[in-house]
Amino acid sequence: MKFLCVGCDEQMTFEERQEPGDGTFGASFSCPKCGHKVAMLANPMETQLVGALGVQIGGRTLDQQPMQLTRSSMIGREDAFEDIAPSKPGGVRWSAESEERLTRVPKFVRGMVKKIYVEWAAEHGIAEITPAVMDKARVDLGLEAM
Amino acid sequence: MSFRTYHDVVGEDRSQLYAQVVAQRERVGRRLASVRRVVAVMSGKGGVGKSHLTATLAAGLASRLEQRVGVLDADLRSPTVARLLSVSGPLRVTEDGVEPAIGTAGVRVVSTDLLLDESQPLRWREPATERFVWRGVLETGTLREFLSDVVWGTLDLLLVDLPPGADGGVDLKQMVPNLAGALVVTIPSEESRRSVARTMCSASEAGIRLLGIVENMSSYRCEDCGAQRALFDGTAGADLSAEFGVPLLARVPFTPGAKPASCDTPGLVDAFLECIR
Repeated sequence: MKFLCVGCDEQMTFEERQEPGDGTFGASFSCPKCGHKVAMLANPMETQLVGALGVQIGGRTLDQQPMQLTRSSMIGREDAFEDIAPSKPGGVRWSAESEERLTRVPKFVRGMVKKIYVEWAAEHGIAEITPAVMDKARVDLGLEAM
Repeated sequence: MSFRTYHDVVGEDRSQLYAQVVAQRERVGRRLASVRRVVAVMSGKGGVGKSHLTATLAAGLASRLEQRVGVLDADLRSPTVARLLSVSGPLRVTEDGVEPAIGTAGVRVVSTDLLLDESQPLRWREPATERFVWRGVLETGTLREFLSDVVWGTLDLLLVDLPPGADGGVDLKQMVPNLAGALVVTIPSEESRRSVARTMCSASEAGIRLLGIVENMSSYRCEDCGAQRALFDGTAGADLSAEFGVPLLARVPFTPGAKPASCDTPGLVDAFLECIR
């Protein structure tokens, strides 16, 4: 998918994606020449359809986790998966508030989500995961409701 | 108003959606590089004992011939293989992927039966509207992840137990281009023959090699006199073999309460090995 600023005949650059939590998806683009901005807005069905393919608009910034599509989409039993911690945890800490927030994630997918946040934090040189860090990662990675 | 088209604009496609889809397929290929053969097990209708046969064949190959065997239960909505091979969860997730459960005779198994609560149907997260649009895509995605994200390891054979009908085989063939072929299961009845014939036509059109036919529940042993009697009217196995030029590998009798580990089907195992040689 590409966005073209018709007035300038310039390809627009991807700026950010947003998932407001209501099932919709938004991505903004801007013209590098004139600064004009547009936002692409997808309804829940369109968003789910793209998500069902296991791909991300704007590309992936982290490697896909094992069975990421299945674990994030299927409603499964809480004890279906046992996530084994990596041998080198990377030294990222969790604040008490972020640990509490993580408990709201369904157990079926919690281990995978935890790994995603840890990898994102490590990649950005963040030593402690706080709710604010989680919010930023959610926006960056498109982790709706996680 | 006129403006340049997608291919005219030479800048990077940041989303690279097609490239992401290709990467998914390549991931399947890399994971299955250590699997010698992938064979689908298919039928036309449900209730012909396809899953029981898959489990029996897997257990037989693993225990009698010490082959390294895996079973991927692709019947996501009605999974039964996990119970037949006595496996249970949880599934361990490491950095390398999801480790399969280990069942009878060391057979490695992955199934949605291990992921769903007892009696719970296969369900997906919202939105609930227009679910029919994306349900199939999600199921195909889960099948793809069962192939690419499970640490199958080095296997002589990976059996894929498909849901009834041909669609699952066609999807599998697209994800596993070097699929060794398909084993087709029928019961003797004319109704099964007609249904399986459609499945075999569809599989052939998709370029899937039909390895052989197994006629399941071919007969039963009378407890009173010990005579072998037909359980169903019809000769679907032989008829399909003649129609499609595919060998009839075995006629398996119906044995009440038989468990895959205890099924004595040396003829089936030997015939199967011959057809995939």
